Amino acid sequence: MADLLDGMLRAFWLVVTLDSDLVEITLRSLRVTLTALAIAAAIALPLAAMLSVRRFRMRRVTIAVLNALMGLPPVVVGLIVYVFLSRSGPLGVMGLLFTPTAMIIAQVIIIVPLVASIAHQSLRELWSDYHDLLISMNATQVQRVKALLWDGRRALLTAALAGFGRAIGEVGAIMVVGGNIDHATRVLTTAIALETGKGDFAMALGLGFVLIAMAIAVNLAIHWLGHTESEGRW
Amino acid sequence: MKHLLLGALASLTLTTAAFAEEMKMAVTTSFHNSGLAEILLPEIKADLDLDVQLLVVGTGQAIRLGEAGDVDAILVHSKRAEEKFLAGGNGTHRREIMYNDFVFIGPKSDTAGVQDATTAADALQKVAAAAVPFVSRGDDSGTHKKELSLWQAADLDPTGFDGWYRAVGAGMGAALNTASGMDAYIMADRASWLNFGNKGDLALLFSGDPVLFNQYAYLPVSPEKHPHAKNDLAMKLEAWLVSDKAKSLINAYKINGETLFVFNAKK
Repeated sequence: MADLLDGMLRAFWLVVTLDSDLVEITLRSLRVTLTALAIAAAIALPLAAMLSVRRFRMRRVTIAVLNALMGLPPVVVGLIVYVFLSRSGPLGVMGLLFTPTAMIIAQVIIIVPLVASIAHQSLRELWSDYHDLLISMNATQVQRVKALLWDGRRALLTAALAGFGRAIGEVGAIMVVGGNIDHATRVLTTAIALETGKGDFAMALGLGFVLIAMAIAVNLAIHWLGHTESEGRW
Repeated sequence: MKHLLLGALASLTLTTAAFAEEMKMAVTTSFHNSGLAEILLPEIKADLDLDVQLLVVGTGQAIRLGEAGDVDAILVHSKRAEEKFLAGGNGTHRREIMYNDFVFIGPKSDTAGVQDATTAADALQKVAAAAVPFVSRGDDSGTHKKELSLWQAADLDPTGFDGWYRAVGAGMGAALNTASGMDAYIMADRASWLNFGNKGDLALLFSGDPVLFNQYAYLPVSPEKHPHAKNDLAMKLEAWLVSDKAKSLINAYKINGETLFVFNAKK
């Protein structure tokens, strides 16, 4: 219990004094995860809409695989990305290993199935409502996808936030591909793992509280930007 | 306001810092946990304008990283593995830099009587005879290999041990946390132990046997096998590591008044 209180106190001081290391790793955490989220959303959301609108032979299998991949173990993703990006791997010439880019790649792979699965679930229901209307209007495939994505934007926001949550708290993959290098690839979660290894639980907990607070702040900011829960909107 | 926030977000994602020359070096957890890196790196940066990015891993993984060419040099402490690394043509040469020592840690009550041991082998035999919980790194690191060689020297085989021998497969800090949690015996390097913050009921019980000395060596990755390896920077760093300045910094480094490392590089 003493550790917990110490941790809260430490978190408080780190934030109040704007500790330069803390600011640096927090900004890096945000930068890596928000970039990964933007890329993942750009892939996953259209994919989810396509899966709702189009009927093709392998559709069921694709959906089942996407759902299954929601549970991808991050450390396995990290290892696979590592093997590809290693100097002796197929993409080694790009020299991306142990850079923030490698961490972004790993996180994109981890969250695309999650975002696509959740988005598909809500878009499918929306599609069953819109199906007759859009077909009677003779809308093209692209128009249908656009209509679904726009009208389902609140549900898609939830999908994106779920992806953000998984990526920001993830440590297994980015530890392997990022290497936790001070001032280069150290982020909040890997710093927490490091401090735990040093036996400095107060510091580790302090960083943990900062991470939780940041996740809440980002969620609030996105809701505020999207004007959810405000009058006259849904 | 909204635009301001989006702008801030965009600038955040685009930030890239300007760098001096940089190289990557894989080091062992025990070296990093000692805190010596925080003394040496700023000096290296000031003297050579060189950013040394440390990848803190076990010796096993450090050697793998060197073999794959993912780092420019490694600083490890497992002579046999280092010689194998060189025999495979992965490195240019091996340069001894400094040594520290391993110590035996255990619960203050010391039911196995390790405090009265005369040699490291004797200490391990006492632990095995009492069958008290013993935490092993179990991660193929330099410390783990050292521990295995000590069991061998004590005529004991860890593969035949019962439940009291617990291989956790983790770094030095995590293994110490485990030992602290279950009041177990463990072998650790002195630096990690002194810097460890969660000692609980553990205490240093045995040290000083010469077989417990732990030699650190620096091995640049071969530029012939990996043309992208920054061998020139690795050589520059080596010249600094064996310099008189490094010598005085390493020898003067103390935690709680105890010297940790002894510089022994040959000119």
